[in-house]
Amino acid sequence: MVVQALAFYAFAAVLISAGIMVVVSKNPVHSVLFLILCFFNAAGLFVMMGAEFLAMILVIVYVGAVAVLFLFVVMMLDVNFTELREGFARYLPIGLVIGVVLLIELIVLVSGAIPIGKASGPVAKAIAKQPSGHNTEMIGRLLYTDYFYLFQAAGMVLLVAMIGAIVLTHRRRDGVRRQSIAKQTARKSSESIRVVDVKPGEGL
Amino acid sequence: MEFFNAYVWPTIEIIFWILVIIVPIILGMAYLTYAERKIIGAVQLRKGPNVVGWFGLLQPIADGLKLLTKETIIPSGANRVIFVIAPMTTFVLAMIAWAVVPFGYSDVSGGPEPEKWVLADINVGILYLFAISSLGVYGIIMAGWASNSKYAFLGALRSAAQMVSYEVSIGFIMITVLLAAGSLNLTEIVLAQKNHGIAHMIGVPELTFLNWFWIPLFPMFVIFFISVLAETNRHPFDLPEAEAELVSGYNVEYSAFIFAMFFLGEYINMILMSAMTVVLFMGGWLPPLDVSWLNWIPGPIWFAGKVAFCLLIFILARAALPRYRYDQLMRLGWKIFLPTSLFAVVAVAGVLLSFGWLPK
Repeated sequence: MVVQALAFYAFAAVLISAGIMVVVSKNPVHSVLFLILCFFNAAGLFVMMGAEFLAMILVIVYVGAVAVLFLFVVMMLDVNFTELREGFARYLPIGLVIGVVLLIELIVLVSGAIPIGKASGPVAKAIAKQPSGHNTEMIGRLLYTDYFYLFQAAGMVLLVAMIGAIVLTHRRRDGVRRQSIAKQTARKSSESIRVVDVKPGEGL
Repeated sequence: MEFFNAYVWPTIEIIFWILVIIVPIILGMAYLTYAERKIIGAVQLRKGPNVVGWFGLLQPIADGLKLLTKETIIPSGANRVIFVIAPMTTFVLAMIAWAVVPFGYSDVSGGPEPEKWVLADINVGILYLFAISSLGVYGIIMAGWASNSKYAFLGALRSAAQMVSYEVSIGFIMITVLLAAGSLNLTEIVLAQKNHGIAHMIGVPELTFLNWFWIPLFPMFVIFFISVLAETNRHPFDLPEAEAELVSGYNVEYSAFIFAMFFLGEYINMILMSAMTVVLFMGGWLPPLDVSWLNWIPGPIWFAGKVAFCLLIFILARAALPRYRYDQLMRLGWKIFLPTSLFAVVAVAGVLLSFGWLPK
């Protein structure tokens, strides 16, 4: 179908150009917004491959949560743009090396030196069992049966990361007055209000 | 001719159906503002709008025309592109979510194959809705940042924190619903509320409103509705635009049509969230009683009626409740709703499994 091909090239072109803009735009807020555009187009590509569950999760997790926090932080920071430019030349070699390594990996994959495109192991079995099934259900079945331990391990890693973040940033300060909600709601009017009969012309 | 049949005709058809959905929604939004002013007026013993047209019925149209014809002012320090894109984002996101909302289901016994009355019948409809509603925060953050104004920025930051917090519990509540329904497709979720449930258990299958998820998942229904109020920045959680301290929050610098787009987006979001509540908990387009003359009324009318009921509660909440303090809002979201809904996922899954009520 022509439309599919056109949609693919549109998504891919916008994805790549937005990716370039993430790196080259001067304003970090613009970078994050272009990153969000990238995520969207990647989600579009996922939908075109029939992986609608992955696409939605990408949008929910990365665009709906992670990128909001990025944007939050970038907007709050007082970034010095000229200083930011100076670091560019210093980190360029490392960036180039990583880029070239990724490029070589992609070329190796695309050139067919390593056979891809055939699922093996439990994945193949799951596909054979449900050739046209909803991929949400298939992913769920695989994750909670064959890859259960790996799935749990990933969960543990995230839990440790979360606890680590809390431990690193949480600090107790002295002299901070905190609210005790239980105490506030348990207050009665009889304990906190005193009704005084004030005589006219005398005051208290 | 082949080109026409393959491409042009489907495009015309889909544009027609999009208009069929969008035009009533925009009209509904216009009269939602009217209804809000009238109802709050009645609560406060005022008349509300009553000058333009009969009973003030033309007021929303007059307001719209006024906003259209005013001058668009862009502050000099603003980031012009993002400033203009922000209200568009809010508006477009509120609109595209309607693609997956099911309005009805034509199921004639002995007739042709049942037809789902929905624009895009996708397998992951509920995830799509969740994804779109989680994006709503961008319009607000972008507006607050691009306005280059401290009030707008403070409003945007509050809003971002608030929406992200309440989304978490909304997500968990959706999981409890889809555990009970056994599908991510919104039409399937509504159909799951049709033919089994409490009404069938107590032996009175005519009382179909007892089958809807609002009874078995009642605590979740309440938490969901309160979270929806927070998610749409409505009273009593309208801190992002708290006029007493932030003037009007993230949209202070906006005027004329770009302001109107924010306004449209917010109200359409209210209708959308009500539609979501209706689909998840109140049986979508299903009639409340299985009686022939109620079944004869088409599904979209039931759907609109239920949505209107939810919106009425939105408006009454605004009329009745004072605004929350910010720390109370965060406490409610993170310390009460999140643990409760997390526990509910485990509890609902456990009950479904141990009683053998798992769908399919």
